[in-house]
Amino acid sequence: MNQANQPQFATPLNRRKGTIEMNHGAGGRAMVQLIQEVFQAHLSSPELLAGDDGATLSMPAGRVVMASDAHVVSPLIFPGGDIGSLAVHGTINDVAMMGAMPLYLSAAFILEEGFPLSDLETIVASMGRAAHEAGVPVVAGDTKVVERGKGDGVFVTTTGIGVLQDGIGPSGDGAQAGDTVLVSGTIGDHGIAILSKRENLDFETEIRSDSAALHTMVADLIAAGVDLHVLRDPTRGGVATTLNEIAQQSGVGIRINEADIPVKSEVAAACELLGIDPLTIANEGKMLVFCPAADADKALNVMRNHSLGQDAAIIGTIVEDPNGFVQMETSFGGSRMVDWLVGEQLPRIC
Amino acid sequence: MKYVDEYRDKDMAAALARTIAAEADTGRDYNIMEFCGGHTHAIFRYGVQDLMPGNVSFIHGPGCPVCVLPKGRIDNAIELARDRGAIICTYGDMMRVPATKRVSLLRAKAEGADIRMVYSSQDALRIARENPTRDVVFFAIGFETTTPPTAVALRDAKRENLKNFKVFCNHVLTPSAIQHILNAPEVRTMGQVTIDAFLGPSHVSSVIGSAPYEHFAEEFQKPVVIAGFEPLDVMQSTLMAIRQLNDGRAEVENQYTRVVTREGNLKAQALVSETFELRPSFEWRGLGRVPYSALRIREAFADFDAERAFDIETKPTGDVKGCECPSILRGAKKPTDCRLFGTVCTPENPIGSCMVSSEGACAAYWSYGRFRVPEHDETWEVTQEELAEELAEMEPAE
Repeated sequence: MNQANQPQFATPLNRRKGTIEMNHGAGGRAMVQLIQEVFQAHLSSPELLAGDDGATLSMPAGRVVMASDAHVVSPLIFPGGDIGSLAVHGTINDVAMMGAMPLYLSAAFILEEGFPLSDLETIVASMGRAAHEAGVPVVAGDTKVVERGKGDGVFVTTTGIGVLQDGIGPSGDGAQAGDTVLVSGTIGDHGIAILSKRENLDFETEIRSDSAALHTMVADLIAAGVDLHVLRDPTRGGVATTLNEIAQQSGVGIRINEADIPVKSEVAAACELLGIDPLTIANEGKMLVFCPAADADKALNVMRNHSLGQDAAIIGTIVEDPNGFVQMETSFGGSRMVDWLVGEQLPRIC
Repeated sequence: MKYVDEYRDKDMAAALARTIAAEADTGRDYNIMEFCGGHTHAIFRYGVQDLMPGNVSFIHGPGCPVCVLPKGRIDNAIELARDRGAIICTYGDMMRVPATKRVSLLRAKAEGADIRMVYSSQDALRIARENPTRDVVFFAIGFETTTPPTAVALRDAKRENLKNFKVFCNHVLTPSAIQHILNAPEVRTMGQVTIDAFLGPSHVSSVIGSAPYEHFAEEFQKPVVIAGFEPLDVMQSTLMAIRQLNDGRAEVENQYTRVVTREGNLKAQALVSETFELRPSFEWRGLGRVPYSALRIREAFADFDAERAFDIETKPTGDVKGCECPSILRGAKKPTDCRLFGTVCTPENPIGSCMVSSEGACAAYWSYGRFRVPEHDETWEVTQEELAEELAEMEPAE
């Protein structure tokens, strides 16, 4: 960008002690200063730096996939991530679960008057890092400010677009009797990380959120030729809810084996203490893969060879069942249903 | 997980299952009532029933504190928050229980009442300290396990002279409930319900000890085995009950020796008797009025008693006609005997209290066991219209 075209500001933003004021969203020079010194500084894609109303993008051949995700997590900064990185990972994963390669993101921020600029900068910098690491730039954005008490610090909505190769198209109704179900790693980490931070539960080892972008693992599965019937990231409602969604969409039953489901021992202990089931807890860096049984070992190997999939496991199979029940053989040797999460277990988990 | 996994061991479960199958007399049935919702939850969550021979059945008892609280008491709590300006502090389980006109604490909260979910009585005390100009009412529910923490809160409030803190006391007592079930005509004379033995409460008994059950084991000639809440505890206790029945014994045995003693926790008992006294009578959902089955706050702590401070009157309320919660809580019916079960009453849209708490028999059947639900023909199903009619008849619109 040409320096000569930039508005000149009398004083730089007070990054250490300053706070968001109503004029940061009012469309005047204060807003331009916030955008330049915070947002453009950390999300420095050429499209964003151009400062236009929208981004002009080149797309490779293929069908376009688009997904959007709003983030209201509390606390804003938690072990293993923050609302900035979460907003990048959440939307990348939504695009990736369609089997597509995510290419671009947009981000809209709703800021509350009085929100510390230092926290905003931490969050935006984290968002920039996450986008850079994932190789998916933020190319468009918007900022609005609401009066004190009308928001809660910051809410972030991201939208992502990506491109789907011909012949690839996992979808929620794609599960077939005989398919194998895999999970890419330990479950429940994100929800327990948030909850332990929120309730000030001190565990001996810090439980960190698993927030991560899964698109490269999906790309590895596609490159290896795994026939992906369904991909889904078990976020709110956890693995239990996602399995029930798929069973309903595909009109099949699912049988899983409790002993095969990877759960970190500290997460299991926290769940025990809090009386909650790890199957119903949100994840932000895990996916469920449904593929033909013949491809299951290949898929497992691909996932385990990826840095985010070392604990991947085969957890169950798809059966014919007009009721669409998800049933589990318990580690104890009995069987039970795995039901949808009922009510609100953890408000504002993502 | 140390100290937990040991009680969920699959090989041990298989070995116990073999022993139970070998020792259970194939010429008879064993109907064992597990008193507590905690047992019910364990049986369903771990699939314990699958490991039992066909002639050993569990009858689910009334030991779910949320399930037995009558609607009128929830109406009282909602009124305190909505019309009397109080902050109501409640355990999360209570939030979704439908009261009169199917208003719940959760719905009252959405409509603007100040209702807060707490994890302990101490959280309620903290809220009272932080809001000195507001009345803060702790909606105290539960059996003998949750009574001592409420007693501590009362004592702390008195010590601090925290006058805006009140307790709405709904604590109930286990032994009188068991006795009441055994005295019920369905059990005693009509023979509709056969209860051969009890799995006695575990956490309750850690406070009151095993001695209080001795009287009715003897009087009613029913074995009682104090059973822990882990699945192996339930299985081992079941074996102990089967052995008593086979031997013709009716004793109180303690399987949960790692926690429960005959005398119980004397310190907790002293604290409870310092702060609470017996109510002559209290209404239980499902059981009706049960004499000497609940506690109220003693005169010495009257300043902290919401019932005195707000002059609370609890109106008797009916149950929805088709709802079988009362019979289910007495062990007279199974959740699957109820026409509302799974048709209009589900955890998302509970009609009866047994569908709300995860310890409730209906919720456990539905969430963990509905693949076992028998098929019914279409006449079984209750439509939303029929339900609306029943509700309208019972609770005419204002």
